[in-house]
Amino acid sequence: MKLDPKTPTGPVAAQWTKHKFDMKLINPANKRKYKILVVGSGLAGGSAAATLAELGYQVHCFCYQDSPRRAHSIAAQGGINAAKNYQNDGDSVYRLFYDTVKGGDFRARESNVYRLSEVSCNIIDQCVAQGIPFARDYSGYLANRSFGGALVSRTFYASGQTGQQLLLGAYSALSRQIGKGAVKMHTRSEMLDIVVIDGRARGIITRNLVTGKIESHVGDAVILATGGYSNVFYLSTNAIGCNVTAAYRAYKKGAGFANPCYTQIHPTCIPQAGDYQSKLTLMSESLRNDGRIWVPKNKGEKRAANDVPENERDYYLERKYPSYGNLAPRDISSRSAKEACDAGLGVGESGMGVYLDFRDAIKRLGQNVIKDRYGNLFEMYQRITNEDPYTVPMRIFPAPHYTMGGLWVDYNLMSTIPGLHVLGEANFSDHGANRLGASALMQGLADGYFVIPYTIAHYLAAHKLDGMTADHPEFKKAEAEVATRTKKLLSINGTRSVESFHKELGRIMWDNCGMARNKKGLTDSLKKIPALREEFWQNAKVLGENEEYNTTLERAGRVADFLEFAEVMCLDALEREESCGGHFREEYQTEEGEALRNDTDCCHVTVWEHKGENTKPQMHKEPLAFEEVKLVVRSYK
Amino acid sequence: MNLTLHIWRQKNANDKGKMVTYKAHDISTHMSFLEMLDVLNQQLIEKNIDPVAFDHDCREGICGMCSLIINGKAHGPWSATTTCQLHMREYKDGDEIYIEPWRSKAFPVIKDLVVNRGAFDRIMQSGGFVSVNTGSAPDANATPIAKEKADLAMAAASCIGCGACVAQCKNASAMLFVAAKVSQFANLPQGQIEKKARVQNMVAAMDREGFGNCTNLLECEAACPMSVSANFIAQMNREFFAAGIK
Repeated sequence: MKLDPKTPTGPVAAQWTKHKFDMKLINPANKRKYKILVVGSGLAGGSAAATLAELGYQVHCFCYQDSPRRAHSIAAQGGINAAKNYQNDGDSVYRLFYDTVKGGDFRARESNVYRLSEVSCNIIDQCVAQGIPFARDYSGYLANRSFGGALVSRTFYASGQTGQQLLLGAYSALSRQIGKGAVKMHTRSEMLDIVVIDGRARGIITRNLVTGKIESHVGDAVILATGGYSNVFYLSTNAIGCNVTAAYRAYKKGAGFANPCYTQIHPTCIPQAGDYQSKLTLMSESLRNDGRIWVPKNKGEKRAANDVPENERDYYLERKYPSYGNLAPRDISSRSAKEACDAGLGVGESGMGVYLDFRDAIKRLGQNVIKDRYGNLFEMYQRITNEDPYTVPMRIFPAPHYTMGGLWVDYNLMSTIPGLHVLGEANFSDHGANRLGASALMQGLADGYFVIPYTIAHYLAAHKLDGMTADHPEFKKAEAEVATRTKKLLSINGTRSVESFHKELGRIMWDNCGMARNKKGLTDSLKKIPALREEFWQNAKVLGENEEYNTTLERAGRVADFLEFAEVMCLDALEREESCGGHFREEYQTEEGEALRNDTDCCHVTVWEHKGENTKPQMHKEPLAFEEVKLVVRSYK
Repeated sequence: MNLTLHIWRQKNANDKGKMVTYKAHDISTHMSFLEMLDVLNQQLIEKNIDPVAFDHDCREGICGMCSLIINGKAHGPWSATTTCQLHMREYKDGDEIYIEPWRSKAFPVIKDLVVNRGAFDRIMQSGGFVSVNTGSAPDANATPIAKEKADLAMAAASCIGCGACVAQCKNASAMLFVAAKVSQFANLPQGQIEKKARVQNMVAAMDREGFGNCTNLLECEAACPMSVSANFIAQMNREFFAAGIK
């Protein structure tokens, strides 16, 4: 496997402009001859499909939900970053770039991050033009708020529903193209394999989730925008359907998987209430603008939160990180919450929680202002917990939320399989070892609206049209493989539910590859996971048949892939012998308990290459060079 | 607690379908309604019975995928709440709950409680957008928008497209869904250029899909999990009327 990042030469600030000029173009009249398959309809996939269709390409777009408007991007609450500097508070493209590289703990590629920061301003322009109702001041101009890991206010938002509004903007643009016949939309379709012919991605195999029909789709290029794999933990803030299947199938067909161990555990989620729980609910990080995080100073504190006097509260983030305080980056905030709970200071029935208190903000600003800022989040919290956060502090705990790791891509967002492009959360490129708040929406839309439309032309222009059809033996072979695997799942006839396998896997991953990892836990997991997988294929209970709407079968296929993928994650976490961002190895910490990065040995992207079933994947490294931002110890004190 | 559930079972679109009664055991009051169905499904799977199919995804009240008519009410008894956010503390031991799919000709049943809401997508495709290609936008602050207008547009835009408005309306009218999108754009400067064609095309698409007419019962507003106001229907009617004046 050859890893050529194809980083343009010259100063980082000029690279994208230079690269856009250097890339090949396709004549407008010829674009309609090319067919592009886009898997996923979230911010990255939806925006890419719409934009490519506007340019004239034939586009087919696929999603597993009943409508492209349901993609999980919709659940992002807080906002989207852009270096507009409308607040006149010292922001710039360079500062957003700097904050993102530093926030990612120096494990992202500088060139990609710079481009992301550069196009961030275009995204806001585009979204406003689409009629997205961003929050505004009384002047009529756009409002901003601040987010973790930044000292400027650069986050644009639409109530607490920014992801929803941005997604509906992309969905509107996509709907316009579907209406024109420029995009063919395939809903309730799941991608189950990718077809590689003569070393190029030429199509995908899907299963129609309603009829069970296995279908081949041929394209001149394939785009995966299939999101992240947090559901490997079973409980996460992701939608129930989010899965690693598309990315993992691509990995098995030769796409390198980069940094799978980099997962983000979001600090502000509602704590788990019971074993039956199906998912964890996130409360936007924006709450940390006004809420103060604390735990009681005394172990075994039995008093209600409001009865604990001020001098017996430990506002631990404000104490440990005075300059960023409650807005410390996510990895640091999460780990601090874990430390407090591990020390026996946690709150709530399970002791797995810390307080997020709005008392002081309500006193300072009045309840109406707080309601205006976070009303919908407070309502959501109350509905789930039956507690009123206006009068009682919220209880929060970290939960798996986002995965920085993903399929390896070069500067053109192309994976190690030529023609297979990967966008948004599904790729690895921009957030390093930790993503800053309000940057996921930015990356999804940057990739879809402003990067892939340029870079895909460069790829297509270099390859002649060849009249490929689904009759090619490789398509038939892939179809047969998918059908065989489905049949195999249905014929296990075991006694244990798919759900219980997923839960057990989630437990292994949370305990050993979650907020803190160590060699022993990871080594043990690498024995437990194959055993669990073995049991799954012997004893899973998958009812029904293929030719129907079969939710158990759907779930079984996804869990089967998680059971393989989890091993790659643990392997990656084991090989990365340092602590950085969301990856905290207990063996590598300072005396104060802060993450200890190892820039001498670990300043690289780790990329895994599939080498066959039950064979250890091969490790490759893409070295990271920091020419603009000096490698320093990340400090938020 | 233990519950008696009466659930619509329908194998596929061509099946006639019927209500089937199940007992659900060991339900905690902290569970969400869908987690209660998860528990039921696990119990059914143990007995080799096909689990009940229902739509769901984000389980945090925003994706619009979950549906369900619960004891005759779209999204159940709590106001401004999706089914996934309804919690079992609403119920007590021994309660009987009737669970049905969205009821509307325009939303045909796929299986059990799962319906096809493609009609909403097709309405959106007929005009639910501002025709701006990527790359042609001016600076975001070039056009100030009064906060009240932006807030009003946001209130309309918060629609999650779940279809509860249709399911609850005795006419199965989609007026609130369409009005929300028409009003979002009608309240913003970006939506002005296409406003006539937009409202006419979207209303025509709504009629084509077989949704019923509005008779001002406002069941839609009461059922809407996002509390989208029926005032937007009035605004759409004004826009539609104005669009017809040459």
